[in-house]
Amino acid sequence: MSNFVAMRDSFLERLHESMKEYKNSVFLCADFGSPVVDRIRRDFPDRCINVGIAEQNLINVGTGLALEGYSVFLYAIAPFITMRCYEQIRVNIAILQEVRKMNITLIGVGAGCSYVVSGPTHQCFEDLSVMRTLPNIEVISPSDHHLSAAVVDYALKDLGGCGARYLRLDAQLQNEIYTKECATSVLQNGLCEIIKGSDLCIVSTGYMTHQALKVAAEFNRDGSKVGVIDFVKFLNFNTSELLSVLKRYRKIITLEEGFKGKGGLDNLIQDFVFEHHLSREHDLASMGIPPRYGFQLGSREDIHTAYGIGRDQIAQKVKMLL
Amino acid sequence: MNLELIKEKSKQIFIETIKVHWKSKETRVASSVSPIEIFCVLFYGGLMKYDPKNRFADNRDRLIVSKGHGSICLYPLLADVGYFDKSELAIVGDKESFLGGIPDPVIPGYETVNGSLGHGLGVASGIAKALKLKGKKEKIFVMMGDGELCEGAIWEGLMFAAHHKLTNMIAIIDNNKISMLDFTKKIIGEDSWCEKFQSFGWEVARVDGHNIEQLYSILKSWEVEGDRPRVLIADTIKGRMIPGIENQPLSHVMSISEESYRKILEENKYE
Repeated sequence: MSNFVAMRDSFLERLHESMKEYKNSVFLCADFGSPVVDRIRRDFPDRCINVGIAEQNLINVGTGLALEGYSVFLYAIAPFITMRCYEQIRVNIAILQEVRKMNITLIGVGAGCSYVVSGPTHQCFEDLSVMRTLPNIEVISPSDHHLSAAVVDYALKDLGGCGARYLRLDAQLQNEIYTKECATSVLQNGLCEIIKGSDLCIVSTGYMTHQALKVAAEFNRDGSKVGVIDFVKFLNFNTSELLSVLKRYRKIITLEEGFKGKGGLDNLIQDFVFEHHLSREHDLASMGIPPRYGFQLGSREDIHTAYGIGRDQIAQKVKMLL
Repeated sequence: MNLELIKEKSKQIFIETIKVHWKSKETRVASSVSPIEIFCVLFYGGLMKYDPKNRFADNRDRLIVSKGHGSICLYPLLADVGYFDKSELAIVGDKESFLGGIPDPVIPGYETVNGSLGHGLGVASGIAKALKLKGKKEKIFVMMGDGELCEGAIWEGLMFAAHHKLTNMIAIIDNNKISMLDFTKKIIGEDSWCEKFQSFGWEVARVDGHNIEQLYSILKSWEVEGDRPRVLIADTIKGRMIPGIENQPLSHVMSISEESYRKILEENKYE
């Protein structure tokens, strides 16, 4: 596998391999595929079900299979597998898990602006906050294909102990950040300080970690020490590690392809800082999508710039705070 | 099968449902009396395998009560068949109770969350698919209301179940013809459920939902699996036998009056 891989391909490849061993695993999609899905369909015709363009039924049918002991993987486009069927997720996964243990993984493809020119119906700026508000579901936002592939084993063995999880995947090919060997421990940990800085750090998630790394590299070439923390898991993350890492910085910028101040990464970090009494010593800034739906076309960077989270705009924010 | 016994049980369950509602007024009484005979035929007619001592026994038939609000009659019924002690019926809605205004799966005998409508058929389809994949013979019963059929997710589930030939599924519609605010025909048009289900690939039968003989006869004949999933339209009367509530368009949100309550208990009549 090259170093430039789609998160969904590595995830589906690993799932395809695992379905041979884990005979109680089933894969369901809402008429959404990929070449690897075609292979799953070919090799496991009984355990690969396309329910059609019907996300509500995707969740309901998946729940029924999970109640009978199957490890269920549900696959669709990110905004549709979260918000189109939110009530089904709330009732049949989040509430029902209080009484009946299930193993369900929701896989949403198209985090943030990753469907670049498909507009606001297919872009997804709400999933981090709306899914994070539900109890009993982990939100996992990987930044590369090693992390996304590691989620297969994590899910099949329910290593998070939560039973259900929402995996938020970028739709585009991305460079690797991690190695196959370290991915499982990063996933288990839920966060990783990729660049150790001195005074200022960027806490980012998903694709934006790639942007944070590029911005930090520019500053650090000139002698600054901008840290980058990749935030991967929005529940059951290693709180003591986050605390000890954040304590080393006085300035924190959160960076996400999600609505700003609406309960996503920024609010998670702000709450964490507040709860652990770090706020007095810390300067906090957040960068995210402003509260509007845009119709900007062009490259992903063009769209980010229109929303105020382009790479230059991130660099300006860092410069201002340094 | 002693159908007279089921009739006796229906009367007993009716009286006890009224008492449960009197104890906890937030329970929905009108929609909870319309399916009494349907549940009694399932539980007392030997048509559904269940084990109160082992509620998740592998070889049980699964009952998904999709119209959760309108199933308070199951409280006395589940107690009667041994899922929990009858003393629980006296404390419905209290701090110590697990029997609430809307049934939740903390109640032994309930499989899923039922307070939000339109989920049962899809979840049941997943269960049915799982049992088919495992080559198991157990059946899945789904109880829905006609008002609930406005929920679009049900129709997604109906298409799925027919396409996947989930012949282990039997849906039952408690067709009491009244939703929360009015008669369903005034909200969503004249009743054409039979044609709708047939066109979605389901085998359909229609009976008087208060007639034990008719209910038993069709469900007994359905013990042999068919070539399609099945739906039984059971015509019922919302709030049946409750003075002031029976067949009233707003009966869903009406509570029983003290006069009616006394009358029902004194006359002890149910036919």
